[in-house]
Amino acid sequence: MEKKTPLYECHIACGGKIVPFAGYLLPVQYTGVIAEHLAVRSKAGLFDVSHMGEVAFEGSGALLTLQRLCTNDLATMADGQVRYAMMCYEDGGVVDDVLVYRHGAQRYLVVVNAANRDKDVAWMRAHLLPDTAMADVSDGTAQLALQGPLAMQLLARLAPDQSLPQKNYTFVPEVWVAGIRCLISRTGYTGEDGVELYCAPAEAPALWNALLEAGAADGLVPCGLGARDTLRLEAAMPLYGHELSADITPLEARLGIFVKPGKPGGFIGGEALAARGTPTRGRVGLRVTGRGIAREDCPVYRDNQPAGRTTSGTHAPYLGYPIAMALLDDDVPAGTMVEIDVRGRRVEAEVVPLPFYKRTKK
Amino acid sequence: MNIPATLRYTKSHEWVEALPEGIISVGLTDYAQHELGDIVFVNLPQIGDPVAAGERFADVESVKAVSDVYSPISGVVQAINEALLTDPAAINADPYGAWLIRVSGVALPADLLDAAAYQAEIGED
Repeated sequence: MEKKTPLYECHIACGGKIVPFAGYLLPVQYTGVIAEHLAVRSKAGLFDVSHMGEVAFEGSGALLTLQRLCTNDLATMADGQVRYAMMCYEDGGVVDDVLVYRHGAQRYLVVVNAANRDKDVAWMRAHLLPDTAMADVSDGTAQLALQGPLAMQLLARLAPDQSLPQKNYTFVPEVWVAGIRCLISRTGYTGEDGVELYCAPAEAPALWNALLEAGAADGLVPCGLGARDTLRLEAAMPLYGHELSADITPLEARLGIFVKPGKPGGFIGGEALAARGTPTRGRVGLRVTGRGIAREDCPVYRDNQPAGRTTSGTHAPYLGYPIAMALLDDDVPAGTMVEIDVRGRRVEAEVVPLPFYKRTKK
Repeated sequence: MNIPATLRYTKSHEWVEALPEGIISVGLTDYAQHELGDIVFVNLPQIGDPVAAGERFADVESVKAVSDVYSPISGVVQAINEALLTDPAAINADPYGAWLIRVSGVALPADLLDAAAYQAEIGED
């Protein structure tokens, strides 16, 4: 039985095509994936991401607990910073990837993937250190993402510009947007500038409508899960269950910069990662040059020998050609030609550097 | 939903048009293109390939997913719409103009749906 997010009626009103996703009924698209994708690259898009999970940590043991749980070093964070990290199993496989928000030295918010929420909460609870209180606040939290080159400009029409987070990966815990209290972070999952806004579920529809009203004339459109996936894929951002899983380590996913093995106290899975050494298997980008669209879990061949499998793939709307990410067994340099088995047909592809798309900063 | 009265339809959302000299044109319905969303790739058979009623003869891919296209008829591919290979979005823009293949050497089977029956099938007004 799928749950509705607080914005369900807004999606119906906007003409959203509803599908079940991670236990929720969410719009896969409104007008079309390509139009929504391009709107985010050129103007702005608004997403309902209320399905994401939020877990609050408090107490003198909160930082120590999160340090043990997370691969990144959270001790160097200042109040108002956001940091990306992964949680690992003892063997170095990934439990989930998360964003950690530091409210204060003894107070944090961790944002987790919807599909992993129950598993994550159980894992966190099992590894709580003394003097740490933990609460799953997901059901009391709605989340919207406003993304695109015009995002900040549009948001400034509803909230004083100086009240908004100025730097990437920072947040402001209390901003009033159109009279609604929000936590706003300069984060996102599209490869564009923009923010994520957290508010009380009851106020989410009013916030959604206010944002759309403020930006519609400048090209702001509601965007569904389809565009969310194609945007993150162009930006080569990992998705749990694809580029990350219990069978894939952070180092294999080529996310080593978010892994700090030398931090005081280490982290769960750190010893295993160190013992496994530098992995030969790793994530690469593929640009499909032949005719076809690779999806996830397609076999990849190099010189006619099995070389790994794709983890995600799609037609990239902004780039205009098909792309995929893959886990290849050996280090394969950019420029190497490989073949992807797309439903029984071999399609040529070239190994290319990641990300596929990087925005030009103004 | 546009369902021209002059065409015949399948439950798997292909349309069929009888052309002169026993040639039959096959495409995807407006309902199908709408359900698929933005179509970005089409894989067609080759001229001379046999097609069999109820069997897959092509696939179309939207941004999100791939879908098989089933032949309503048995026969031999006489022509393919090559324009779709470079402009697959034409199926979204004009589903009844964007034919996929033309098949020769067959008569229209009797079990195809007419417009009213297809309308009832997809349950739209």
